[in-house]
Amino acid sequence: MGSAVAVDFADAPDEREFRLRLRAWLDEHNPGLPASSTDDEYWAGQAAWHQSLFDSGFFGVTWPTDIGGQDLASVYDVIVDEELAGAGAPARPSLGYLVEGILEHADDDVQARFLPGIVNGRDRWCQGFSEPDAGSDLAALRTRADRDGDEYVVTGHKVWTSYSDDAEWCLVLARTDHEVARHKGISAFALPMRQPGVEQRPLPMINGITKEFGEVLFDGARVPAANMIGRPGEGWPLAMTIVSHEREPHELGFAGRYAKQVKDLVAGVCADPGRFGAEQVRDLAWAIVESEMLRLHVCRRLSDRLDGIVHGPEGSVDKLLMTWTEQAVGHAALSIGGARATGSDDTLMKVYLYSRAQSVMGGTSQIQRNLVASRILHLPAS
Amino acid sequence: MDVRLSSEQLALRDSVAQVVDRLGPHTVRDLDDTERAAKFDAAVAAAGWRELRVPVEGRVPLASGVEAAVVAEELGRGLADTPFLGPTLAADLRRLAGAPPAGTAETVAFSRSLLAAAVVDGGVPPGTVAVDARGATCALVLVPVVGGHALAEVALGLVAVGTDLTRPGAAIDPAAVATPLDSPGSRPLADDDLSAWTALGLALDCADLVGTMRGAVGLAVGYASDRRQFDRPIGSFQAVQHLLADAHVVMDGSRSAARHAAWAVDALSPGDALAAAAAAKAYCARAARTVCETTIQVHGGTGNTWECLAHVFLRRALLSTDVLGGEGANLDRVLAHHGIGGGRGLR
Repeated sequence: MGSAVAVDFADAPDEREFRLRLRAWLDEHNPGLPASSTDDEYWAGQAAWHQSLFDSGFFGVTWPTDIGGQDLASVYDVIVDEELAGAGAPARPSLGYLVEGILEHADDDVQARFLPGIVNGRDRWCQGFSEPDAGSDLAALRTRADRDGDEYVVTGHKVWTSYSDDAEWCLVLARTDHEVARHKGISAFALPMRQPGVEQRPLPMINGITKEFGEVLFDGARVPAANMIGRPGEGWPLAMTIVSHEREPHELGFAGRYAKQVKDLVAGVCADPGRFGAEQVRDLAWAIVESEMLRLHVCRRLSDRLDGIVHGPEGSVDKLLMTWTEQAVGHAALSIGGARATGSDDTLMKVYLYSRAQSVMGGTSQIQRNLVASRILHLPAS
Repeated sequence: MDVRLSSEQLALRDSVAQVVDRLGPHTVRDLDDTERAAKFDAAVAAAGWRELRVPVEGRVPLASGVEAAVVAEELGRGLADTPFLGPTLAADLRRLAGAPPAGTAETVAFSRSLLAAAVVDGGVPPGTVAVDARGATCALVLVPVVGGHALAEVALGLVAVGTDLTRPGAAIDPAAVATPLDSPGSRPLADDDLSAWTALGLALDCADLVGTMRGAVGLAVGYASDRRQFDRPIGSFQAVQHLLADAHVVMDGSRSAARHAAWAVDALSPGDALAAAAAAKAYCARAARTVCETTIQVHGGTGNTWECLAHVFLRRALLSTDVLGGEGANLDRVLAHHGIGGGRGLR
């Protein structure tokens, strides 16, 4: 334990070279999209941005080379996030959790067929986990997959499914065994979305965007048995791997998203300081402080992994810090933009409203607190 | 980037922890045990931890802000009733001014609000107070001179217990005389020097706050696991679990911000180091008050009695918060760094 050199938040020479190369690239290639959480135009441009980043060597850099990565240390993702935020570019596409889940659980054939397309951005994916009666209690899910020759036939209802309108593939959890304990009868599949048995309906979010959220109905949708991810009954451990990565700000690239929003808010206040009162400015100061803390927290977590510490229950700590940061940024946006905004000038209101989702998505804050209490503080079982 | 502590820094942390666990106070009653306190003080003095910011060559200190923060964090965790912040900040002022190390135990005098080092221009302003003054015979103050500020000493009278039961302060008599340091090689402290010094002070406050939070969370988790009501440990109730989980999470976030502040002291320009430290201090100060209040709440009626250590943690956190400013002053520093507001003349 412990590094040979003392604490150093600065770039090593190779890291510096990478940062400057990315900075120069961004001068030319920033697509200038609006803030991610507030505009359908952003989501419409997401695939092209992902591919552009990947093709220039700035996406998926920490993943293995055989799936399109560059085998670089995790710190390079931090550099990408910082530079994207600094340039006011859209954040990194957030799908690391899917890649990590498939890497850990799928056999070589499934990895080789699906991972390169996820990483290079040519294939769009969504994640079919939650159902109307299975939210925090995910193991209560009722979607079923029944074997029929070389295929499974899937029937059920998924909801709050991000990117489902755009996705060619759904990583779907379905019950394949009804005889065993409910956690053990779940399997995972890579299911093709463009087929007659799949119906997708957009779910407009509270901030009015329509392209991120949706529900998916499976009515006899078919998926090849060879598309099962992991073994039969391995759906639950796969889901736990995925949600644990989904709690990590560095996996999501969200620290960069918040930094960009804060930068925009600061620029807005600096442009016309007389318009803003002490309370508004104080809310902005907290957003600066929180987003900076989160950036540094990610640096610390990733450094600890150099000791070979794999991610564990501290993901719940990170999820809560990320949530509070996003919601502090949201409150600053509300304070500065205000509810009085109308029409084309309601971006800040949309940032605020979107921030309410962060304490729910990927496991509610209440679930994260339960996990911190039991797995980190080792408090007695309730 | 690699922000892990080095093996040497981990070893330093472990040696401080050992001394604290062996000789530090473990109960409120221990605070009155003068024999123990004297042994503790002697052990800390012998270890040389108060001399980490003494220059080894030119203005280069013996150790960086990170080592100083490592010591401060463990002392905070153990509610150490022996000076560290005061003498460390005094040594750093002397280093920056090119003055020789102090011959006697020394600390720093602060303005009434504790927002900045005391400036004596003529008489000592009323309310001037020496912080962390146990055992100190004098305190450094700033005197305006051409090109910045020079250092002077004021003698200290009796040390009075203040809010923090572990780090008493000493009021300075308004009639006291500030005697300029008689050191031929010294130079005036420029604004940049005072920014760098303030950054160190804030970084040490943050580290102490992180340590205090670790100690307070540990105390509360232990109590919640033992204390039974309704035939169950109270720590099995979700309402209590969520309070403690939140306390742990803000402590951990504080740790990340505090480590950066400690690194920035010697690695960044004075202005950037000050901004890093101010952001960390605002975060840690808010977190620490919440955490210590949670510790009192989880202890219930017991937590509101003098003999429970919970208020000793809270009191220590409140002094660390006030030294060089809490949330408000440091949010102003952060905003000033981003070009918003005047920073109310804060360095």
